[in-house]
Amino acid sequence: MTKMTYREAVRAGLREALQNDPRVFLMGEDVGKYGGTYACSKGFLEEFGPERIRDTPLSESTFVGAGIGAALGGMRPIVEVMTVNFSLLALDQIVNNAATIRHMSGGQFSIPLVVRMATGAGRQVAAQHSHSLEGWYAHIPGIKVLTPATVTDAKGMLLAALKDPDPVFIFEHAYLYPMEGEFDECALPVDISRAAIRRQGKDVSLITFGGSLWKALQAAETLTGEGIEAEVVDLRVLRPLDISTVLASVRKTHRAVVVDEGWRTGSFAAEVSAQIMEGAFYDLDGPVARVCSAEVPIPYPKHLEDAALPQPETIVAAVRNLKG
Amino acid sequence: MAEFVMPTLGSDMTQGTLVEWKKKVDDRVTKGEIIAEVDTEKAAIEIESFYTGIIHQLITKPGETVPVGTVMAIIQEEGKPVGPIEARTEAKPAKESPPSPVREPVLSPPPEPGRLRISPAAKQLAAELRVDPSVLKGTGPGGAITLDDIRAAAAAPTKEPPTVAADRQARMRETIAAAMARSKREIPHYYLSTTVDMGRAMTWIKEENLKRPVTDRLLYGVLLIKAVALALRQVPELNALWKENASVQSADIHVGVAISIRQGGLIAPAIHDTDKQSLGELMGKFQDLVKRARAGTLRGSELSDPTITVTSLGEQGVDSVFGVIYPPQVALVGFGKVVERPWVVDGQVVSRPIVAASLSADHRVTDGHRGAVFLSAVDRLLQEPGQL
Repeated sequence: MTKMTYREAVRAGLREALQNDPRVFLMGEDVGKYGGTYACSKGFLEEFGPERIRDTPLSESTFVGAGIGAALGGMRPIVEVMTVNFSLLALDQIVNNAATIRHMSGGQFSIPLVVRMATGAGRQVAAQHSHSLEGWYAHIPGIKVLTPATVTDAKGMLLAALKDPDPVFIFEHAYLYPMEGEFDECALPVDISRAAIRRQGKDVSLITFGGSLWKALQAAETLTGEGIEAEVVDLRVLRPLDISTVLASVRKTHRAVVVDEGWRTGSFAAEVSAQIMEGAFYDLDGPVARVCSAEVPIPYPKHLEDAALPQPETIVAAVRNLKG
Repeated sequence: MAEFVMPTLGSDMTQGTLVEWKKKVDDRVTKGEIIAEVDTEKAAIEIESFYTGIIHQLITKPGETVPVGTVMAIIQEEGKPVGPIEARTEAKPAKESPPSPVREPVLSPPPEPGRLRISPAAKQLAAELRVDPSVLKGTGPGGAITLDDIRAAAAAPTKEPPTVAADRQARMRETIAAAMARSKREIPHYYLSTTVDMGRAMTWIKEENLKRPVTDRLLYGVLLIKAVALALRQVPELNALWKENASVQSADIHVGVAISIRQGGLIAPAIHDTDKQSLGELMGKFQDLVKRARAGTLRGSELSDPTITVTSLGEQGVDSVFGVIYPPQVALVGFGKVVERPWVVDGQVVSRPIVAASLSADHRVTDGHRGAVFLSAVDRLLQEPGQL
């Protein structure tokens, strides 16, 4: 176990990938000279050269499309999109090309593309840089959607994604980059098919992913003081969803609170909730509850931003409501 | 066809358990005839039929607990065409289909029969552990029954059938607690008291009893009950029920008489049309009520119909009683012990039997002035016992 920040873990993963496989290259806005908006590729331009560390124009559709083309051509591109908000400009490439070419070509072509992007709020960067749209991507068959929440997953999932023959989208919660955690070498290589139980409990399942994991763990800590043992399930992979781990937890605790930084309506939490209802209805001792973001553009002022997002206190309150 | 529904037998009653049917399918039943025995928190109650006709179908099974308003049986009414059940409103709870012509809707509307609020997991566990969830009180959100409730019920010592006295006693305590707490929470009580010279009444009753066979002798208590009933004719505002933010006077006077149950608790069944009964009749009915209250065989209408309550703690030797009104009634009359005391009659201090009469009344409905008029009327009536 070594201590490192989430940012260092992402950087270590990228570096290892670049060192180990000459087909891997990184491209995106400011990844080269600037060293990455979140400093994940600092020093890479000097170390790996402009062929493999490519600054792109501000045109998401173009460079994601170029990534698809490179993957088709046998490369292992890692495309960095600055935030999930900007990725919307590349939706056509993602939904109509990346996700469909294996199918459209009758299996003749695959797209071994990795797209990383920052998601989430909490840093006072206002409504155009703070959204959590990974749930939208999880809607699309043909791609994989990963949400690493720990430093181990930050590195491990990137390496696993590069081994996948199909497009993999990694959503790194921007709030987590400076977070320090224990890096577990023994956990490598990580799988990108299973959810993980981050905390054992028997009274309620807190089901979450990404940046909300830490809030759920904090809520679980508070609940212990009230005699409620919460189990915390980190989904890790939104598509394909490992529902069996979720159902096993709910069958044990009989209560579920899904925490998702996305907006409630049509949220990924709604999908998880529906699948729990389908798969564990007779094990439920109460309705599935959701803690999601307020349905507003994420506000700039800190107090409003805090109020708009799931927080440990709101998670605790949801659990209390569920317990009657 | 008419629906026979689980009636409300007290303002706090939400459900009842069918003990037995007194009729079979195809039996003829007349209005007012006992059709079933139902167990409530208070007592096993014999329920009268609201209809005359032939029993078409018995739906509820003995031992089953059903919410108030649940259709328990279908009666083919005499003189009505055989056919589908008539407009549901007619068959809905007691409120809409009075069991007797005098009956005012006494009770708050019954809760929606609706589905039981029970979690899917709890429902399944209940089936496994053979726990009847319909009798449980849920502790989950919105009163939902949860796994813990089922586990607790299963772990609890096997409950005797609800007819067992100890269980009923506990439930009666709960019922009284709920009613009295509600009364003190909602009803702004005011209290009046006056001392009534019982000299004439006691002398009259002594002479009257000499004329009667031992079995028909009167107790002074019936004089008090009758005096209250007649005084209510003069102050009818006190003979009323509080319903949905307004008081509704009752055309009939059904005095509820508080009867203590030996094992603990009390019950106040009605003597119907108290003001129209002779003293002899009242005595008979009172004794019958006491007997049946203690045996647990009161009738539904006796429990649900009182329009005022009289409580007398004289037997216990207290001078006076300031009672708590039994909602939705708006008044309660209390009597203490009849005691010999120095009393001034025509300027002379003499020894007289006296009794403290008190009135607890709902200030939303009446003011002290009317209450005073009422107590004076009681006093005056007791001075002419021969007229009672």
